[in-house]
Amino acid sequence: MSDFNQLPTQEKSRLSIWQAAFVIARRDFMAILFSRAFFFFLLGPVFMITIATISGSLGSRISRDAMVPEIGIAMSMEETGRMLEAHNLLANELGGALPPMVAVQGADAPDFDPRVVLEEKRGNYAAIVTGSLARPVLTGPEGQIDYMRGRVALVAAAAAGAAPTTFPSVDMQVVSTSAASAKSGQIITAQAGQMLLFLLTMLLAGMVLSNLVEEKGNKIIEILAAAIPMDAVFLGKLFAMLGVSFVGIAVWGTVGASLFLLLGNAAPSFPTPAVGWPAFLALGVIYFAMGYLLLGSLFLSIGSMAATVREVQTLSMPVTMLQLGVFFFASYAMSKIGSSVEWAAVIVPFSSPFAMLARAAQQEGLTQHLIAIGWQALAVAVLVKAGATLFRKRVMKSGGQGKAKRSLWRRSKAAA
Amino acid sequence: MNMALGNMSFPDNDSRPLAIEARGLVKRFEGTTAVDGVDISVPEGAIYGILGPNGAGKTTTLRMLLGIIDPDEGTRKVFGHERPHDIARLIGYLPEERGLYPSMKAYEAIAFMGALRGVPLEEGKRRGRELLEANGLGHAVERQIRQLSKGMAQNVQLLGTLVHRPKLVVLDEPFSGLDALNQGKLERMIRSLAEEGTTVIFSTHVIHHAERLCEGVAIIAGGKVPYAGSVDAARNRIPAQVRLETRAREGRWMEALPADARREGDYFYFSLPESGVEPLLRALIEGEAGILSLSIERAGLHDAFVAIAGEAAARAMQAGSQAETE
Repeated sequence: MSDFNQLPTQEKSRLSIWQAAFVIARRDFMAILFSRAFFFFLLGPVFMITIATISGSLGSRISRDAMVPEIGIAMSMEETGRMLEAHNLLANELGGALPPMVAVQGADAPDFDPRVVLEEKRGNYAAIVTGSLARPVLTGPEGQIDYMRGRVALVAAAAAGAAPTTFPSVDMQVVSTSAASAKSGQIITAQAGQMLLFLLTMLLAGMVLSNLVEEKGNKIIEILAAAIPMDAVFLGKLFAMLGVSFVGIAVWGTVGASLFLLLGNAAPSFPTPAVGWPAFLALGVIYFAMGYLLLGSLFLSIGSMAATVREVQTLSMPVTMLQLGVFFFASYAMSKIGSSVEWAAVIVPFSSPFAMLARAAQQEGLTQHLIAIGWQALAVAVLVKAGATLFRKRVMKSGGQGKAKRSLWRRSKAAA
Repeated sequence: MNMALGNMSFPDNDSRPLAIEARGLVKRFEGTTAVDGVDISVPEGAIYGILGPNGAGKTTTLRMLLGIIDPDEGTRKVFGHERPHDIARLIGYLPEERGLYPSMKAYEAIAFMGALRGVPLEEGKRRGRELLEANGLGHAVERQIRQLSKGMAQNVQLLGTLVHRPKLVVLDEPFSGLDALNQGKLERMIRSLAEEGTTVIFSTHVIHHAERLCEGVAIIAGGKVPYAGSVDAARNRIPAQVRLETRAREGRWMEALPADARREGDYFYFSLPESGVEPLLRALIEGEAGILSLSIERAGLHDAFVAIAGEAAARAMQAGSQAETE
């Protein structure tokens, strides 16, 4: 122990909570960054994009392959011809608003009954028009004929000569935006921002959930608990994961920007958010951090109660459901800015970052964001404190668990 | 004999300030009282043992002293501070269940433990390397914890406990899992720490370690501390045992033997009378006992433990240490 003798005694008596949290965060950050798990974490978006691309292309193939439902015309031969002519004429002007129309084979048979044709699923008819141009009869399932009634009437009127048959050409002037298109565009930006926020927090949740299992399994938790406050352990672990996620975002951002440059005009573009792109991106990063810290502190607390990896896996499902719930709540509230539902989404800490990001896309002004960020930071502090206290009480078996009962007992004895 | 006393003579006549002062510590877990009114006083620079069988409440007591858990009742002060975390840099702690991050290298593990107690990381790494070299573990400096044997990992953790040069070292069952050679090394290390002025408090269920090392002990059984004081005072509670061999089988000299004397073969065994050995010798000589041999053996800590904590606790202690040996 000769060298040991020369070591100076520490002068200050303890680390501050932030210094202690930094020690934990540094260890965790490095350990995660150089682990195999981080590599898979980086690949997370690739899996998501691959699955989305595959399911998207499958969906479009299925819809391409599916037969387009048609309206069958089963009037007299002459009127059927006029109906089809009128349809062709109107379809040129109305485009996809008119469903295709075709003549029904065998409609001139004396015992022709459109209900039988539809029930026996002959052809690809969504509905069948019988009767005359003056009084067409539309036969089909309830939902279908409600939708087609007006269209059939329009075509029949045109066929009967009661509707215009010539149309003036309309010259078109393109403007960059209008109130309606700007609003709908900003909703798209808000949706995209929320979705990105959700995917990022989703990726991190599983890792946060299992964050304290290693320490508990290795019994390192005793050393940590003896040296620094449990709040610092929780904070350190949260910020380590936040740091890891920022590294991930930097990597994904670089790859994404490279692809964007490569794709050029083919890349998707989003309408400008109400606060402008720089502020929106900055708020996106902050709200991501807040959203992650809020959900992360909750998940870390829940995960810290688990003793084994298996227990963590069991907890994953309800945690994912909770995340989805938060996301759906914020998404639902997004288009109703100022409504009580939207205010609730803004105030509830877990949905607040999502709701506020949607606001950033649709409403100008930054003051509300400063207030919201302060509120969310307060909620993070409360959650970390509560999680650490719960951990000390439930896992470390600390805290005066007999105190409350005892004082009640004493009070009742004193009263007696 | 008063069996219900907590703080006794140790360290009453001691001018040293107290490193640890605990009064009436109580801890309950789900209705079960694990520790029930523990009083402990440990002067600075002392080596102090907490003796008791497994499940007696030793670890719970240490965890309360360190602030890992809070007592339900009672007060604790470490270097005069009621919140041990406030002086975390002055304390080193080796828990009973050893634990290190398996992927860390040995010197990094020591540095990390130092960082938790305020040693800058780079400084901790330097000290880690030095400590490993100085303690014959130079070959393990760059090896990951998962690559080390259990004993080596245990040594690394012990060095991590000391890397910040604490004023108080708390070791929970430090000898557990060590072979005889390493137990000897650890005993020397503990002595060396105390010589440098460090207070060392350790728990053990092996009485010999406490007897060899400690100035003071707290005997804990069933969550209570029937004795806390100096090792000498504990031993002095049991009268020294006399073994007497005489030529004469019977005679007037037998009247000089105390009431608890018993014959086993050629020997008589009895407690040394309070009046001392001289009057006894005089009576034996005058009574023509023909003394062939007479030896006086001072009571050991084990005898004191049996007398204080009872046979059952002593048997539980022995069973615990045997199980560990096996």
